[in-house]
Amino acid sequence: MTDTVLSIRNLTLALPKGADRRYAAENVTYDVAKGEIMCVVGESGSGKSMAANAVMGLLPKGVRPTDGEILFHGEDLLKLDEKRHRELRGLRIGMIFQEPMTALNPLMRAGDQIAEVFEAHGLYNAKERQQKALSLLEEVGIPQPEKAIRAYPFELSGGQRQRVMIAMALALEPELLIADEPTTALDVTTQAQILELIRDLQQRRNMAVMFITHDFGVVAEIATRVCVMRLGKVVELGLASDILGNPQHEYTRSLIDAIPSNAVPPARDVRDPAPLLEVRQLNKVFRSRGGLFKPSREVVALNDVSFTLDRGETVGIVGESGSGKSTMGRCVVRLERPDSGELLLDGVNLSALKGDALRRERKRVQMVFQDPYASLNPRTRVGLAIAQGPIANGVPRQEALKQAGDLLDLVGLGAAAAERFPHEFSGGQRQRIGIARALALNPELIVADEAVSALDVSIQAQILELLEDLKRKLSLSLLFITHDLRVAAQVCDRIIVMQHGRIVEQGTAQEVFLSPREAYTRELLDAIPGRAHEAAAV
Amino acid sequence: MVYARLIAMRLLKAVIVLFLIIVFNFFLIQLAPGDPAAILAGEAGATDEAFLRQLREQFGLDQPLYVQLWHYVSGIATLDFGYSYRQQMPVLDLILERLPATLLLTGTAFVLSLALGIFAGSMAAARVKKISGSVIMALALVFYATPLFWVALMAVLLFSVYLDWLPAYGMFTVGAHYTGMAHILDVAKHLILPASTLALFFMAIYTRMTRASMLEASQQDYVKTARAKGLKDRVIQRRHILRNALLPIITLAGLQAGQMVGGAILTETVFAWPGIGRLMYEALMQRDYNLLLGIFFFSAALVIVFNIFTDLVYRLADPRIKEAS
Repeated sequence: MTDTVLSIRNLTLALPKGADRRYAAENVTYDVAKGEIMCVVGESGSGKSMAANAVMGLLPKGVRPTDGEILFHGEDLLKLDEKRHRELRGLRIGMIFQEPMTALNPLMRAGDQIAEVFEAHGLYNAKERQQKALSLLEEVGIPQPEKAIRAYPFELSGGQRQRVMIAMALALEPELLIADEPTTALDVTTQAQILELIRDLQQRRNMAVMFITHDFGVVAEIATRVCVMRLGKVVELGLASDILGNPQHEYTRSLIDAIPSNAVPPARDVRDPAPLLEVRQLNKVFRSRGGLFKPSREVVALNDVSFTLDRGETVGIVGESGSGKSTMGRCVVRLERPDSGELLLDGVNLSALKGDALRRERKRVQMVFQDPYASLNPRTRVGLAIAQGPIANGVPRQEALKQAGDLLDLVGLGAAAAERFPHEFSGGQRQRIGIARALALNPELIVADEAVSALDVSIQAQILELLEDLKRKLSLSLLFITHDLRVAAQVCDRIIVMQHGRIVEQGTAQEVFLSPREAYTRELLDAIPGRAHEAAAV
Repeated sequence: MVYARLIAMRLLKAVIVLFLIIVFNFFLIQLAPGDPAAILAGEAGATDEAFLRQLREQFGLDQPLYVQLWHYVSGIATLDFGYSYRQQMPVLDLILERLPATLLLTGTAFVLSLALGIFAGSMAAARVKKISGSVIMALALVFYATPLFWVALMAVLLFSVYLDWLPAYGMFTVGAHYTGMAHILDVAKHLILPASTLALFFMAIYTRMTRASMLEASQQDYVKTARAKGLKDRVIQRRHILRNALLPIITLAGLQAGQMVGGAILTETVFAWPGIGRLMYEALMQRDYNLLLGIFFFSAALVIVFNIFTDLVYRLADPRIKEAS
């Protein structure tokens, strides 16, 4: 490749003392050329974002370069003083971040935040900046740009905010765009749109793009070249087609294999097709209370939802944010009270129960939450956290703690883990704790709400395996809520697709995934990144 | 338009709250032991039963409670807060006479503490790992931990007695009869010591809060975004970090502002400042119930006014707050 824009040579970044390893990045070498999208792939902790931060001069405190160079058009960025480096940022190197929810200043209008880029580099007057911001918003395809320019971030959706971020990063037509997991926090359909936008803008402007991701599906969608990183080192580097088609390194192969494939496992026969959970015409409307002068707002989260879940079955509820899938799960464990309809668990109407009767029944349904970081009390030892449920249900403390140890054994952490605090565990381990906690009350049904969404693919595969294993051993039933149709196809016997609080389609995993009847399901499937690539490979 | 409606709503609620406060205060005073008539009579040096009865009749103390309450509430509705027999003046006149002095003192202290506190706090946040930053925080801690009256006494000792730079007490030089600019300067000179004494405590709180809040805000993703734009540190500090960090400070400032009428008793006493605080203290000591009730009413009203004002400021500072709480 000619026209190298960025050339990272033997870059080594040292972590502060006491970190779990010495180097955030070790001897990293790769180039990014004009007109290409270089995907840097790795799991969390692989150091994939570190080089990008070094390019921007935005390394976290304590991380410092000890060796190597970063050549931007032949100039070593590591040797620049802060002032010169600042002049490059925004002007010649733009950056997009992962979290569109937090990456914009909540107190500034979108237009002003874009205009700030021009201001930072002393370009144009105030009026021209606003005009430029408007045309940028048009370019990134925001609906009603003249309204969006006056909007505060909280008034925009995740995808719209990410478009604002992109408009900001591209304002001064930088030669290099760094995108750090820009679509990870978005719904699949939104993700597909944003990926298309980035690819489109990249081609139109012939930019060099450094795209950081953990998702090989995304890589397959947009990468020209790929750099796979693990524990701070480059494992494999090459053309996207080579790496995806014929990965050399074992780690790369395991990452690609860990992506849930398009092949759907054959349906299992359920031995005992007796319904465990029957949901009948469930409705739930959220109302924001209006004031004297303010109209109240209504969001229909569940609209006449009915389905059954047989004993020993895994049913997946799939949908994008706002589809009502989480509300469904919360209603089943009665964290939320449905407005109308029935929730029959083994013939007992859960939705009608109150007070003590509800307390007695609710242990039969337990939940595994999405965020393994936020769902455990940081000040409670893991063993006690698991034992609290049984203790509340009258099991003597010593016995409950002993059971907690056994459960930790069962989920593969070992009974010794009981004495430790949540922060001592990784995300995947915490999710195992979450599962142990859900199991502590011997439930018949487990509701897993996006239980693997926050995890790396390899860890995700392990957790799914664990759930499958436990399900068999303990003869559990599973309600699996996810935004990821592919994961659902792997683990579920039946899949329910939801949109705007309604069930759009339901059927066996094979039916829904391989021959969807509804347009929306097809749309969801088409939006899955890397699907075209894999279809070709199969 | 939205604001006008909001203010109208809040004022309506405020009237209800004020009414409840008046009723509550009225009964609170009724619960206090002792017969006002007996005290009045005692002061006059006469204690015979006929005189007492005459006093009770004169002031309506022999009426049933609800009648007394009705008289009191309807009086306030027409801005009649009753008569202070101790001071031989209508309560309203007494309060209005003292109010400007107090508002001058507490208002100056408020502005001073807020401005200096935010300034020192942002300095400390920007110099978090430097000695200068630590010095600011150490000073803030000292002011925060030191009792107000002690600071006041030491300030008098140092600046008035020892250095003789500033007057030790009062609001203006007695007997000098300055007018115009000279009068303003004279009052300003008298104001410096009490106002800064009063300001120190809140200044220390604002400093600590601004620093903590800014350090937290500087960890946010949008700050990284701002840096990626190539903005200068100074601009990022002011526009992105400080603006987001100000929200909790507005809450606190609202609380401090609410104390402006009643919060300066100690300072006013030490510096002999002729304000409401001292008036309240005297009223308390002399069981001047009418006067006390009047002061209660005014300070409650001011708290309500500043709460409304704080809500409005909050709304301006944070666009996310849309509906009335």
